Amino acid sequence: MTTATQAHPKKRARTSRLSRQARPYWNAYTGGILLGLVLFASFFLTGSGLGASGGLSRYVAFIEDLVAPGHVNQVPYLIKMAGGERNPLDNWIVFVTTGVILGGFFSGLRNGRARVETNKGPGISTRTRWAVAFLGGVLFTYGARMARGCTSGQALSGGATLSAGSWVVMFAIFGGAYALAYFVRKLWL
Amino acid sequence: MAPFPLDLASLLGKPGMYAVFLAIGFAFGYVLESSGFNHAPTLAAQFYFRDMRVLKVFFTAIVTAMLLIFAAAGLGLLDYNAIWVNPTYLWSGILGGLIMGAGFILGGFCPGTSLVALATFKLDGVFFVLGGLFGVFLFSETVQSFADFFYGSYYGRLTLMDVFHLPAGVVALLVTLLALFMFWGGEKLEQKFGGKPASQGALRRVGAGVAVLSALALVFIGQPTPAQKWARLAPEKQTLLDQRQVQIHPGELLASLENDRLVVRMIDVRSEADYNLFHLRGAEHIPLEDVPAAASSLLMDAGDNVLFVLMSNDEAAATEAWKVLVAESVPNVYILEGGINEWLDYFANLDEGIQPLVSAPQDALRYAFPAALGDHYNAADVNPHAVELEYTPKIKLEGKRGPSGGGCG
Repeated sequence: MTTATQAHPKKRARTSRLSRQARPYWNAYTGGILLGLVLFASFFLTGSGLGASGGLSRYVAFIEDLVAPGHVNQVPYLIKMAGGERNPLDNWIVFVTTGVILGGFFSGLRNGRARVETNKGPGISTRTRWAVAFLGGVLFTYGARMARGCTSGQALSGGATLSAGSWVVMFAIFGGAYALAYFVRKLWL
Repeated sequence: MAPFPLDLASLLGKPGMYAVFLAIGFAFGYVLESSGFNHAPTLAAQFYFRDMRVLKVFFTAIVTAMLLIFAAAGLGLLDYNAIWVNPTYLWSGILGGLIMGAGFILGGFCPGTSLVALATFKLDGVFFVLGGLFGVFLFSETVQSFADFFYGSYYGRLTLMDVFHLPAGVVALLVTLLALFMFWGGEKLEQKFGGKPASQGALRRVGAGVAVLSALALVFIGQPTPAQKWARLAPEKQTLLDQRQVQIHPGELLASLENDRLVVRMIDVRSEADYNLFHLRGAEHIPLEDVPAAASSLLMDAGDNVLFVLMSNDEAAATEAWKVLVAESVPNVYILEGGINEWLDYFANLDEGIQPLVSAPQDALRYAFPAALGDHYNAADVNPHAVELEYTPKIKLEGKRGPSGGGCG
């Protein structure tokens, strides 16, 4: 009994932090201005924009290099990241991507939004949502590698620097999603 | 030279540089999560016009960053040529974008938002990230089968300013107006389809007004011309010209061409007539007046093993071109000492027909040619092993400032 009460306060403090009332998200325009300031700071200080999928590529190259280094040295796309003595994690984008995870976690924790859950449309089961999320992830990064950047690296960063190709990619992303939305409406509505 | 972006690697060392990137990523993740981007149904609602949060956050961010970038560049604080502008690969960009769109509406995330969903324990986000890692693997295994498509339709560092032939300020103003129009339309749509109350608050109008006024100010400030950029650089760079540190001897050019580790881009800036009469084999023809327009593509090709050697009949036109390229932040640009005339002083004797003239005006050819044979002269393609030239080496290669790749490597 006594041991339990001693252990409890700490535990309760943690659970209450995770399960307390979630604070509402920011106003969309406020969030946009702050995101724009982060993006500008990135360009102004480092010359690079923001990115996310590039870091994922390098995580994959890192894992493959551990599991099958011989294979890495045969695939041209992996060689430039992890060929020979190269460490695929020795790159700026890996630190941005890692920072994104830390920053997202910290914000979620502070605002009571870091909790284990599955967010989905009302018409599908949790398992369906997981399966479709996995498939969506496969398609998204496959497309992102093909287009040399995702919503962050192409649309957002290239959009702000007025790269012609990035604006094309941006419209293609939104166009593709809008074109398909009607046919998969059961997933979300 | 514009003081920003900073050369973080030499300022802070590698650990310091990576710490800055980690901090930027942290801020990025914090803002994404706080803007609601870890909640897939909200992101998907964008595509059913029920909640236009994605559009609002996204385009507000683009407009904010764009206005600040071009204001900083216009005021000479930021070197636009030293920041990463995504190169354009048209068709792989379009197809990749469409595939991403499919992934977006199925998965409910994009890579960045799935990471903050994972970080806040959303299981759908975890599955999206796992799928994403698998997608990378799949791509690396298959890209070789469509390499021509992947590397084709390449347009280099192409900007909207190049496409529409408009100054940056005007493009920024148009983008700002487009964004405001989409916000207005988006709010109408989410009222109609999402049953959202009409947005209140004068602050939005103030924000819109500030954005338009800032964009108008950009139109009036303009962006620095090569001449203005040169004027800013002149105190530092004119010395290089005066002390003749960037004029390389023909012998050093020959040695560089022989060096397998170097990519030598010879750029002949003379008139078409002179170029057709005689030019060095491998030299590209970019007349002086076209050099400013070519700067951005040369910048794209630049690197710490890429050497640009400019040449004119003497040195005058090449020196003007050198100023333009240096002002546009192209690294490793040199001038062929004495130009084509000095080259011919050494090598005209390899061809019987090339005869020296008694006199010639400044920066004109000092030799007469039997025919306009271009590079079909022996003197146009000299075997470096056949000649011994004494010279003082001057080339000091340096890296390109700013990043060598985007967030997509």
